[in-house]
Amino acid sequence: MSAGHGPVEIKLMLNGAACSVDAYPMERLLDVLRHHLGLTGTKEGCGEGECGSCSVLMDGKLVNSCLVPVLQAEGANVVTIEGLAQGEQLHALQQAFLECGGAQCGICTPGMIVAASHLLSQKAAPTLEDIREGLAGNLCRCTGYIQIIEAVAEAARRGVGR
Amino acid sequence: MKTERIVGTAVPRKEGRDKVTGQAQYVDDIALPGMLYGATVRSRIPRGKIRKITFGEGIAWDEFVVVTAEDIPGKNCVALIGEDQPCLADGVVNHPEEPILLLAHGDRHLLPKAVKAVEVEYDPLPAVFTIEESERKATVIWGEDNTFKKYLIEKGEVDGVWEKADYIVEGEYFTGAQEQLYIENNGMIAVYDPEHGVTVWGSLQCPYYVHKALRRLFGLGEDKVRVVQTETGGAFGGKEEYPSMIAGHAALLAKKAVRPVKIIYDRMEDMVATTKRHPSRTRHLTAVSREGKILGGEIDFVVDGGAYMTLSPVVLSRGTIHAGGPYCWPSVRVRGKAVATNAPPHGAFRGFGAPQSLFAMERHMDRIAQVVGVSPVEIRKRNFLKPGLTTATEQVVREEIDLSRLLDRGLELADYAAKKERFARENAAASGETRKRKGIGIAAFLHGAGFTGSGERYLSSVVGVEATADGRVRVLVSSTEFGQGTKTVLCQIAAEALGLPYGDVEIAQPDTEEVPNSGPTVASRTVMVVGKLVQSAARGVRQTLAAEGRVGESYSREEFREACRKYVGEKGEFVSWARFEAPSGIYWDDEKYRGEAYAAYAWAVYIAEVAVDLTTYGVTVEDFVALQEVGRVLHPVLARGQIAGGVAQGIGYTLYEKVVWQNGRMQNGQMTNYIMPTSADLPEIRVYFEELGNVHGAYGAKGIGELPMDGPAPAIANAIEDALGVPINAIPVLPEDIFAAMTAAGDVPVEGRGR
Repeated sequence: MSAGHGPVEIKLMLNGAACSVDAYPMERLLDVLRHHLGLTGTKEGCGEGECGSCSVLMDGKLVNSCLVPVLQAEGANVVTIEGLAQGEQLHALQQAFLECGGAQCGICTPGMIVAASHLLSQKAAPTLEDIREGLAGNLCRCTGYIQIIEAVAEAARRGVGR
Repeated sequence: MKTERIVGTAVPRKEGRDKVTGQAQYVDDIALPGMLYGATVRSRIPRGKIRKITFGEGIAWDEFVVVTAEDIPGKNCVALIGEDQPCLADGVVNHPEEPILLLAHGDRHLLPKAVKAVEVEYDPLPAVFTIEESERKATVIWGEDNTFKKYLIEKGEVDGVWEKADYIVEGEYFTGAQEQLYIENNGMIAVYDPEHGVTVWGSLQCPYYVHKALRRLFGLGEDKVRVVQTETGGAFGGKEEYPSMIAGHAALLAKKAVRPVKIIYDRMEDMVATTKRHPSRTRHLTAVSREGKILGGEIDFVVDGGAYMTLSPVVLSRGTIHAGGPYCWPSVRVRGKAVATNAPPHGAFRGFGAPQSLFAMERHMDRIAQVVGVSPVEIRKRNFLKPGLTTATEQVVREEIDLSRLLDRGLELADYAAKKERFARENAAASGETRKRKGIGIAAFLHGAGFTGSGERYLSSVVGVEATADGRVRVLVSSTEFGQGTKTVLCQIAAEALGLPYGDVEIAQPDTEEVPNSGPTVASRTVMVVGKLVQSAARGVRQTLAAEGRVGESYSREEFREACRKYVGEKGEFVSWARFEAPSGIYWDDEKYRGEAYAAYAWAVYIAEVAVDLTTYGVTVEDFVALQEVGRVLHPVLARGQIAGGVAQGIGYTLYEKVVWQNGRMQNGQMTNYIMPTSADLPEIRVYFEELGNVHGAYGAKGIGELPMDGPAPAIANAIEDALGVPINAIPVLPEDIFAAMTAAGDVPVEGRGR
């Protein structure tokens, strides 16, 4: 990487593939994903880390990509909503969200599913209370969370985290 | 007997796969070649004359496109019910955050600084900020008397009831503003060219509202304006009227720039500048007999409309009509009034006036129960509407609804009687050590589906069902999907009516160039009114094929395909249209506000259980039963999702969501300080349906979307009073408000006492 304030080359693993992008070091990871890399599945809801719509995984940790300067993603392994399905085959969480009514307007859904995948990676058999607490950083205005919680519980039953 | 194959089952959401994979295209996910980004310079004062606009130093202004009111080719207004709201302020501003000037640039990062560098100087004028100030008329800010609209409903001889009353019960109730807080902020992309006119793509509920506003703003014919809805990330009424404003702004910039222009609001701009739920005040004066029968009453309902008329007259209408709740009033006088203040206009939000007036009604019922000395259950049962009785507008209840039975079922589901008794016992026995008090509260209510009174007749909605050469079916409606399941349910209805698999039916993305005007997606009307038209148009396809001998009374999917292929081959296209026709025998008097206000009502009983922590004064909803009769449930998963989501918004409305105002401007326009419920804040919301059926809706469905917003606030406030013995007559009720209410009632021990 070069010094100064111009764009720099950032290298990272993105959804399992090596990737390189020129961006200003302090650009938000969210903007780099959406504008430079064309991955618009990650959404912006508030821009201040409250709503969780921009949730992605960075080296296995759940982060709000609106609060991450892209420089911090140098060399990191980043997973976005686009990285969950295997071709046509939906991830079990995506399937459970579809069946249980976990997605209504859909704008919080990518971040919610990424957050849920992180939760299940930490706790393969969560209680309802674990799910409530685990998703409390992701806001949904449509569902009242009931069917989201059911979807995550269902995905856990199907063995997502194991 | 239910014989349907598709209606009533949980088919997959049409656009579900795109949503769970992140492929769905919301407006901010779309970029056009050469596109600029737009931003809005807004008023920083509540009211005044614009003296001077200066473009400050340090900005390369020649790189920016600048639009002012002078660039508007047609009428400078956001055309809706009235035309009083300018698209860009011209000489005067009437509320904080009013749009004054527009900027566009290819680098969106340069816009915030440029917006700040535009210096607007004002000669301030006196402003009003509350209903009371507006009513005083010391300062007149709108029309002759600050009043957008008044209604008067009169039934029976109210003036004669007071002397017959054993009790006269008075009450005053307040509700605050509420932000819709859809997670996708408002946004719009526009292009303009002299030949084709204006095209906009955006996040919106009502394509033809935007169409109408753009035509007026540009002075263009209907074929020179095209409005396309992109995937919309929540709306709740909040994208009913304001998108017309943003579409106008983006289109004005696009015209001047001769480039596509995208405007996306950030969260704070969306919260402070766009519409919110109307704040309200309701006064009740009720004559009641010794037995607890309501003899008559006066209800005075006022909403704060903000600075321009926008939708206030219709919000007021619904609130006024619902003000008497699900009760029989032998006589009643309901006065409704929408007044002006110097705040951004308040607007549509799920429930549309009814949550406000029903909060008052259901709080007041508990108050009447206390005065008469009967239980909250009993006072409601003694006054419920029944088939054959009439509402405040003298509409005869024709549905076979038994509200007492509905209430009993709700009580049983909530284990009400046992809990009520136990909480009272435990609260009474609680010592200073026990800092938790529990309570349980009821709300019974109704919500009319569809436009009020003659509204549906004026709308005269049209839908189309098209059969294509390959035998697929397309539903053509302007009804929009923003989470409720419009696309799914309307396709279910068409598939059912045609006897085809659900997968063979698709729905066109709302685009005014392609779909007819089937009315706005509001007022809990989509499934009931538009759905019925889809059913009818689909039957038309079937009848046409049968009448021409192309298919028999029943047919296979292959036979249908073959018939469509031939039909389209011979005639070019195959679309069956259906237009709304008012059912016969429906009477409505717009002048006297009397008659059949709604074709059908949904009925509900909600029961909330709360715990109040006397250390923090925080309230937790620990159980919530939502029982409703909504006619036939067409999709069980979507219907349950609508109710649970509405209840969650209602819990937020009651306990968390406080708009802090200062000089007409929202001070807490961020998700960090305007708090909506998270998954950790909500109880299990238990949703139950009764299904009576309904002759007016598709396959017996009634409206459902707004209903769940009406009940939570009064049920929770009633539960808090049950827990604390202190009346809660204003929402939102945050811990500091509970503390204040208990202090006023002398119930807060001084520090250290009771330990």
